[in-house]
Amino acid sequence: MVMRIDCKGLYYRKQNKIIRDAAEEGETEFILDNANGQRYIGNGIEKNIKITVNGVPGNDLAMFMNGPTIIVNANAQDGVANTMNAGEVIVHGSAGDVIGYGMRGGKLYVRGNIGYRAGIHAKEYKKQIPIIIAGGVAGDFCGEYMAGGVLVLLGLNRGEGVPIAGNYLGTGMHGGVIYIRGEVDEYTLGKEVSVLPLDKKDLKVLTKHLKEYCEHFGLDLDEIMAEPFIKLQPLSNRPYGCLYAY
Amino acid sequence: MKCNCYIPSGCSVSGIMSESGRRQDGNAIIESISLMHDRSNGLGGGFAAYGIYPRYSDLYAFHMMFDNIAAKERCEEYLKDMFDIVRDEEMPTRPGGVYEGVTAGKSEEEGVCPITDPPILWRYFMDVPEARTRFVSDREYVVGQVMEINSEVEGAFVASSGKNMGAFKGVGYPEDIGVFYKLDEYKAYIWTAHGRFPTNTPGWWGGAHPFCLLDWSIVHNGEISSYGINKRYLEPFGYKLELRTDTEVVAYLFDLLVRRHNLPIELAAKVLASPFWEDIDRMPDRERRIATALRQVYGGALLNGPFSIILGHSRGMVGFNDRIKLRPMTCARKDDMLYLSSEESAIREIAPDLDEVWSPRAGTPVIGELDGEVI
Repeated sequence: MVMRIDCKGLYYRKQNKIIRDAAEEGETEFILDNANGQRYIGNGIEKNIKITVNGVPGNDLAMFMNGPTIIVNANAQDGVANTMNAGEVIVHGSAGDVIGYGMRGGKLYVRGNIGYRAGIHAKEYKKQIPIIIAGGVAGDFCGEYMAGGVLVLLGLNRGEGVPIAGNYLGTGMHGGVIYIRGEVDEYTLGKEVSVLPLDKKDLKVLTKHLKEYCEHFGLDLDEIMAEPFIKLQPLSNRPYGCLYAY
Repeated sequence: MKCNCYIPSGCSVSGIMSESGRRQDGNAIIESISLMHDRSNGLGGGFAAYGIYPRYSDLYAFHMMFDNIAAKERCEEYLKDMFDIVRDEEMPTRPGGVYEGVTAGKSEEEGVCPITDPPILWRYFMDVPEARTRFVSDREYVVGQVMEINSEVEGAFVASSGKNMGAFKGVGYPEDIGVFYKLDEYKAYIWTAHGRFPTNTPGWWGGAHPFCLLDWSIVHNGEISSYGINKRYLEPFGYKLELRTDTEVVAYLFDLLVRRHNLPIELAAKVLASPFWEDIDRMPDRERRIATALRQVYGGALLNGPFSIILGHSRGMVGFNDRIKLRPMTCARKDDMLYLSSEESAIREIAPDLDEVWSPRAGTPVIGELDGEVI
């Protein structure tokens, strides 16, 4: 069963209540047509439902989400996967600022670019590891204060001279790992991270997640893996000494 | 109105410009800002519009707010002394105005917040007497008069003072303010809008955005933490900062930097949101010297704190963020149109198919300019 909802002129609270109530009744698949700006889609839902968003969802998409799959056939705004715990978010366009804020698990796959402060405060616990993969480039403060999780930047289809990540990359990072397909200038790095080559274990992890990513967007895994990656990891787990003291 | 215990707020800005100078009515900008209803809390909304007074385009259009009839009389005495008043009239309004368009931005259960208790709203189309500008330019003269009225004429406030433009603002939600001021009856080639969620300063009619001086208008989401430094920097140049809000410094800084000091807009934006010293160190020689000089000369004009700002002026519209992008901005183009907004959805609401959508880098201005004359 698929439930289609016409979201034109529909306030987010009403829309999200329709989804929550129907999911409670056993509905498993939702298609949101004409969505535009509705916040908190998938917010806090703990069931394995699937939501397809046709249109630009509002801020805090998939916040506190714990299980569902959300597919966005447009760009997403700020705060995607805020404190998300489990599930998948697949964005076929680009995403805004502070995506994956405090993310604790699940997957966030973005085909295009991501904004400032992606993966800020992401964390992990044992096997609960959040994965963020962006096909394009990231803004400044990528992986800021990251305490866990895997963040991957592919830098596909970027213009001449466009850096794959902005400044203050991994600033305050004290856990987790960032994989970048390409090089970054030394000066863009936060003081708390170092650049390392990938080992076999890294390649295994990366290939596993990218295989899935490529399947979602119809990309060629071999082509993506043909370019060298670098790995960014924190130097210590207590880096806070001179925050914002640039 | 029902009191919401939970308010997902944060101020909203939106701007629309036709770079070919085509004028359109205010319905689209109202529709755009209404989608972001929840970003404001009903304590301020406003619009700036350019190209609205073609018949009086050579005259300064003063949009005035008066607390009472005595203030109006006091102010008119002053205006008569200082200007040639060509025409004056009450601002056309719909008292109790409420936006009734369909929007996903607002809950039906929230009820309506009609616009009530406005101050006396009056507009004056005025010329500067020639004898008054023997030693100063007419624009410099007008700035002096605006400062004088705002600080010295009790109960009177200049909402806008440019040519062929105007500010329409007040206490309420922006879409209701738009209906109140009958913006559907005006045509402009630039519209900017603001939904306010005041945090540090009171919500009052004069304190709503945009803040205007001459043809400059500013709508702003965020806060200017450097307000005290900026205020001290501006005062010796003759600006009086008495509007109980941080945003007015931005309007005055643009007036100082661009009108009086003749800086190009790009450089003015680099003064207000300057590159960090360590970024300057890496610049090629010529750029480094320019950036260093700007920071040295204009240290007091640097804006600190989180902001997302849309500047309007008679030749264009400029959007820019603070240096580390602590407030949102999305830009888009479609044919001759430039759109700037806090959220992409507020652009898609009025222009579903866009040629290009992007988020500007922190501190990097996005500039719309008129190609030719206004159509």
